[in-house]
Amino acid sequence: MKRVTVFSGHYGSGKTNIAVNYALDLGSMGHKVSIADLDIVNPYFRTKDSEELFRQNGVELISLPFANTSVDLPSLPSAAYGLFERRDRKVVIDLGGDDRGALALGRFVPYIREENDYEMIFVVNFYRPLTTTVEDAYEVFKEIEYASKIKFTKIVNNSNLGTETTSDDVLKTDALAKKLAEMTDTELLFTSVEDSLFEGVSKVLGRDKTFSMKLQEKLF
Amino acid sequence: MAEKVLMKGNEAIAEAAIKAGCRHYFGYPITPQTEVAAYMAKRMPKIGGVFLQAESEISAINMVYGVAGTGMRVMTSSSSPGISLKQEGISYIAGADLPALIVNVQRGGPGLGGIQPSQSDYFQATKGGGHGDYRLIVLAPASVQEMADMTVLAFDLAEKYRVPSMLLADGTMGQMMEPVELPEVDYKPTEKDWTVTGTQMKRKHNIVNSLYLLPEELEKTNLERFERYKTIEENEARYESFMMEDAEYCVVAFGIASRVSKNAVIAARNMGIKVGMIRPITLWPFPKKPLAEAAEKVKGFLSVELSMGQMIEDVKLAIECKKPVSLCNRVGGMIPTPEQVLESIKKMAGGER
Repeated sequence: MKRVTVFSGHYGSGKTNIAVNYALDLGSMGHKVSIADLDIVNPYFRTKDSEELFRQNGVELISLPFANTSVDLPSLPSAAYGLFERRDRKVVIDLGGDDRGALALGRFVPYIREENDYEMIFVVNFYRPLTTTVEDAYEVFKEIEYASKIKFTKIVNNSNLGTETTSDDVLKTDALAKKLAEMTDTELLFTSVEDSLFEGVSKVLGRDKTFSMKLQEKLF
Repeated sequence: MAEKVLMKGNEAIAEAAIKAGCRHYFGYPITPQTEVAAYMAKRMPKIGGVFLQAESEISAINMVYGVAGTGMRVMTSSSSPGISLKQEGISYIAGADLPALIVNVQRGGPGLGGIQPSQSDYFQATKGGGHGDYRLIVLAPASVQEMADMTVLAFDLAEKYRVPSMLLADGTMGQMMEPVELPEVDYKPTEKDWTVTGTQMKRKHNIVNSLYLLPEELEKTNLERFERYKTIEENEARYESFMMEDAEYCVVAFGIASRVSKNAVIAARNMGIKVGMIRPITLWPFPKKPLAEAAEKVKGFLSVELSMGQMIEDVKLAIECKKPVSLCNRVGGMIPTPEQVLESIKKMAGGER
């Protein structure tokens, strides 16, 4: 397992939910974990919404001073630099959506490359309107690589229809995710599903290829 | 691939507009509606449409005015402070009898306010907003699906009556994600005899204008326009009635407030309080008739709003103050909880049963 895991992907693909769950998982395995919110795009639905959960589970949250204050300022936390010096920790990075969001990673790329112990993960939801086909997802994939200046190594399939998702909805997208991995010369790391769908989906895809998620608390 | 897609309300507006034949979008970014513009920026170039980020909201609305004069489907979107900036242009568009769609994904005010949801632009949307005697057709969606469906409807109604229409949503509607089935629209542009599209020397030229220096003429255009408004009021008022059959009390709420209120109505019913809800779907024309009818049966009304009480005035007018109307509200970006609405219902009904 690599030390730094970066979650990037198209807008609204579910990066934050995955990053939050992934960080908590790493914590429960006994690792020292930091999660960094580098989302400069969206002022809502942030990693910081799960602050209490991180506190309870000993996961360090590195977040913008303005996160969740309704102050709509795209800026980065200075503490993010420390992530690349404190090498005894696992690091999960939650980027903003699309190429614009991935821009935020650019300044950290030299450190990531130098250490060379990372996964750069493309999160995709094939039910999102601008990535319903492999070709469309591929386009976004390339745009993000161009903006972030670093290549993806893995794909996470987070295809879902919100609270209406069925196991079938998820399983239908498996072939698309594998096709995308093949086209991009990466690997499908796992398919993520909400807790209640885990049994059904993992029976088909395999337990090691299925990731169980708890969703963030509904705000309204 | 799939029939349903998972969309943000803002994205649903944009995609539905494209489906409805809109190929011209002019706007300026502002939270919480920026996804409309971002989505259009991605999609329009791929389908031969125009996405243009203007230098200001004022500029954008005047571009809308220009395209509207050619009879093509055109829209802009913004959030509260940006919509205030557009008011002059909206008044011109109304004065020139042009169809166009203006989307307002409201945030808290007044002034710059905040970026959390609000419904406090109700007056601005339904009572004018800009100068002069005019109306907008105002639609209030309460789900991401309705964001899509009502965008199409707003274009259709605007074109049918040559009136600008407004989709009045709020920050929650714009930001929340829900599965959506995008409407398939069979839109074919119709021949219109008033557009400025070049005469090719074959007809008399048309003029799109809102300036009438002769008062007799200006009065005439106003009176004619209000004849059209009368037709709209008679034919286009829309609402949803929920558990009203045997209701003794009536909640009135639209948009996000109606979603919260629905839960409260169900909870109150479980306590034995006979309460129902009327949800205005068109805010102008306001669904006066169902409210007036309800006033003959129920003992009281409760207006639930994310404002200091704006729609409540229209409720009182619609029922001619025949029954007491109380207010349940939060403002400044706060949303009433179902518990708060339930408490207000209990109070209106004189306590628990």
